[in-house]
Amino acid sequence: MNLSEAKDFPVSTASLKEVRVFSRDVFEKINLPQEQKDELVLAIAEAAQNIVKHGYKGVKETTDRMEIKISLNDSQLEIGFYDKGKPVVPGNVQHRKLDDIKPGGLGTFFIKQIMDGAVFKKDQEGWVNHLVLTKKI
Amino acid sequence: MTYKVTEEGNVSTVFLNGEIDMDVTEKAKEVILPIVESGKEVHLNLKDVSYMDSSGISVLIESHQKALEKNTKVVVKEVSKSVLKVIMMAKLEQILNLE
Repeated sequence: MNLSEAKDFPVSTASLKEVRVFSRDVFEKINLPQEQKDELVLAIAEAAQNIVKHGYKGVKETTDRMEIKISLNDSQLEIGFYDKGKPVVPGNVQHRKLDDIKPGGLGTFFIKQIMDGAVFKKDQEGWVNHLVLTKKI
Repeated sequence: MTYKVTEEGNVSTVFLNGEIDMDVTEKAKEVILPIVESGKEVHLNLKDVSYMDSSGISVLIESHQKALEKNTKVVVKEVSKSVLKVIMMAKLEQILNLE
C-alpha cells in the first residue's frame, strides 16, 4: 500500500490533540493492529511535543507552524516533521537514563523504542529542522 | 481532561478522565500536588484515561516523589491498558504504586 498525507499545525501545546487526531485518521487507512497504531501515534505526538517544548523553548507565543507528513511505501513507514524552531544539534538529543527516576526526558526514549530510525535531515527548504522517523510495518 | 475528587478519611481519590498530554499537565499537577502536599494519601484512578504521553508520566513521577517527601503515598489505580503500556515502556511499573 502507498499513501502520503501531510498537515500543518500551529506550534502550540494545544495542537498536540490535533496531531493525534490527524495521525489516527491516517492510520485508520492502514491495516495494522490497534496496539501498533497507538504506539505510532504516541511516537508522532512525542516528536511534535519536542518541537513545541524544545524547538520553541522560551518562546511564549508564535505564529509559526509545524508540518507532519506520514508516508507509506509498501511496508516502509516514514514520518517527517518540519519546523522553524531552534536548529537541532542531533548529538544533543538524548533521553535520560531510565534508572534516574525523575520527571521529563522520556519522549525521545519512547520514540526510539517505537521507531526503527530517527534522523535529522538537511534537505529541508523553507524549514529549519526536518526530522524523519522510519519503521518497517 | 476533566477530573473529579472524592475524599474518604485520609484518602483523596482523583478520577482523571480523557487524554493527558503536555497541554493539560499543569492542570493535572494543580489538582494532584496540593493534595499530596497536605500529607493525604492520594489514589489516582486512571480507568477513564484513554491516552497518556511522557508528560503525563512525568506527572505520575512527580506526584510519587512528592508523596515520598511527605511520608505519604500515591496509588495509581485501575490503569487502562493503553496507559499501562506507556508506564511499562518507561519501566515504571515497579516504581509507581500500581493497583
